Amino acid sequence: MTNLPLQGLVVLEFSQYLSVPSAGLRLADLGARVIKIERPGKGDAGRKLAIKNIWVDDNSLLFHTINRNKESFTADLKNADDIAAVKKLIAKADVLVHNFRPGVMEKRGFGYDAVKQINPRLIYAVISGYGKEGPWKNKPGQDLLLQSITGLAYTTGNGSNAPVPFGVSIADILCGSQLVQGILAALIRRQKRNQGALIEVSLLESMLDFQFELLTTYYTSHQQPQRSKINNGHPLLSAPYGIYETADGYLALAMMDIQVLANAIACNGIENFTQHQAFAERDAIKKILAAHIITQKTKHWLAALQEQDLWAMEVLDWEKMLQHEAYKILEMEQVIYAGEEKIFTTRCPIRINGEKLYADKPAPQLGEDNEKVKQDFLIV
Amino acid sequence: MSLLEDIIIIDFSQFLSGPSAALRLADMGAQVIKIERPGVGDICRELYVSDVMIAGESTIFHAINRNKQSYAADLKDADDLEKIKQLLAKADVMMHNFRPGVMERIGLDYETVKKINPSIIYATISGYGNEGPWKDLPGQDLLLQAASGLTWLNNNNNESPTPMGVAVVDIMAGTHIAQGILATLFKRTITGEGALVQVNMFESILDFQFELLTSYYNDGKQLPVRSAINSAHAYIAAPYGIYKTNDDYIALAMGDIIQLATLLQCEPLKQFSDCNDWFDKRDGIKKILADHLLGNSAAFWLDILEEADIWCAPVMNYDKLVQHDGYKVLDMEITVKTSNGLSITTTRCPIRVDGKLLISDKGAPQLGEHNDAIDKQFELEKVFQEK
Repeated sequence: MTNLPLQGLVVLEFSQYLSVPSAGLRLADLGARVIKIERPGKGDAGRKLAIKNIWVDDNSLLFHTINRNKESFTADLKNADDIAAVKKLIAKADVLVHNFRPGVMEKRGFGYDAVKQINPRLIYAVISGYGKEGPWKNKPGQDLLLQSITGLAYTTGNGSNAPVPFGVSIADILCGSQLVQGILAALIRRQKRNQGALIEVSLLESMLDFQFELLTTYYTSHQQPQRSKINNGHPLLSAPYGIYETADGYLALAMMDIQVLANAIACNGIENFTQHQAFAERDAIKKILAAHIITQKTKHWLAALQEQDLWAMEVLDWEKMLQHEAYKILEMEQVIYAGEEKIFTTRCPIRINGEKLYADKPAPQLGEDNEKVKQDFLIV
Repeated sequence: MSLLEDIIIIDFSQFLSGPSAALRLADMGAQVIKIERPGVGDICRELYVSDVMIAGESTIFHAINRNKQSYAADLKDADDLEKIKQLLAKADVMMHNFRPGVMERIGLDYETVKKINPSIIYATISGYGNEGPWKDLPGQDLLLQAASGLTWLNNNNNESPTPMGVAVVDIMAGTHIAQGILATLFKRTITGEGALVQVNMFESILDFQFELLTSYYNDGKQLPVRSAINSAHAYIAAPYGIYKTNDDYIALAMGDIIQLATLLQCEPLKQFSDCNDWFDKRDGIKKILADHLLGNSAAFWLDILEEADIWCAPVMNYDKLVQHDGYKVLDMEITVKTSNGLSITTTRCPIRVDGKLLISDKGAPQLGEHNDAIDKQFELEKVFQEK
């Protein structure tokens, strides 16, 4: 797509791993020029962090996934020449993002108050683990740890399970997404008032916000949310909400009236329960349902349920999903060439004016854009 | 000045995905007007949720819809529809999460609305997009988790596919539509142009899994295998997981097995001296670690590990969390008041602007509470009939 919404904006990304870099990726896909400012020699620690030990070049596939569509400029923030160069960049940038622990950027002379003197219109955006104060402020802002301290691990799995964490980096990704919202809103104000902004989010606040429905219910009831004993889908929701084993797979059932469900799938055992009992008696209802649903194949149930517009879905794995027409029609995949290496990855999930946003620029090698950035920003 | 002062958002959406986006925009300063069906309103008002109700409405509705206004309008009534069109003419953003085709039938599709207001940002959230075999299926959180492979990433390998116990698809799709709205609003400040912004929950939950899907696309399409015990992430080596001690649970993130063996005085772990084994042999490593950690208390182990800067944490429930100074120092709780005198404690916006918290004490609106105020503010008039 030409003429992307953030075209012309320059974002400087001082960051590593996932939270801020995922925000940088979104801004890049929406049209901004995102320049990673990296330490010479090593760069973003994410370059050396691999999952399943998959490498593209000197960098992991994971790094390539998160940092495509960006540029890289190396600068040693302890070297006077490099500091002067970065200051020139900051003077012309629109947004600066970082996820260093509290105090680190300040120590190097790039705290908000110092940087504001160079560029009063700058949007300065920070992700921390736990905020700038309190007993946790120096703890590592790592995803699983954030899930663990915020009660999130008690929402998933059955009542009899140990706490079950989410198997995706929810804190990093959600926090990055919220940082983008703050940055964009601040850019809108800047257009009207010509003023910069300081935008701050912590992984901790993001995880509490994520659980706002559960926490609001808890503040009212003072009762710890309880996972259902079996087939738990959500601690606050009544039967049948959950995933059920069928004769050949699994079936998800969302909210629906118990009587209507009983009729649709001819499950006599649950007919005696009223809708008012659907929460309090959810374990009993689910037990009867589970015994009934395992007797037939997924397709059988889906046909019966979807015919009545009841909220049900087959549980797919990625193999089945990728073969499905409903997945293919999204055209969610894109190909990126990193040198000789061909990488398949996903595109931006936002469509603008009916167009899907693809960007096939690979992640940069460390310092790959040093010369170009110097030229463009007149750093001699 | 708040970030989104003077931005007017007309929100037709229900449940969580669209409304959670509108909540965030409201917290950053936009005026959000919910358009609701007379008599019923947003279905979320009556959603069966646990047994916890506030004045006959679910706690969830109050959490999602604070800081908004409500305008009741029957979109099948010519008069009401005309007023809505007058309102849209003066709005900056319109959003909805109806299934494909519904707004076309009502006559508030993008092409029509664009004629009324060419600079409007028109934002939609659907379940699966506007085409394909699933386009008419309900865009419901658990069902999207089921369809997208997400449930095979959580819990131990011998367990059924396990959904995430928070509405992660709704919330991610909400953040994506908010991003699209804000990016196009920004562009509009330069060009004056409106835009159509579309998000579907399916793409949003694929994007959420982008790191792991990319691995799957490129590793010869090997399906993820959850670890047999103490599973926390299908793609990460031992010790990554949650472990029981003799009194409570602790979490261990990425760490050096040999360093852990020394710190925890766990001799059997020392056989795993090759770090390349920490992924392939993670079940064996975790078993040894899990047995060992049962031998003492959470506080005992955490003291040792924190001292050595190992990435670890206690696993807490809400009772423990809300008593902790690390939580209290955030001032995360706010109390909002509704017009009929209810006080509700909920969480604030997680984004801080210029060092300040974004706080509002405005509770969720009664259905149609702001009809008169909106009629007046936007000078909306009936044109077809006098009642």
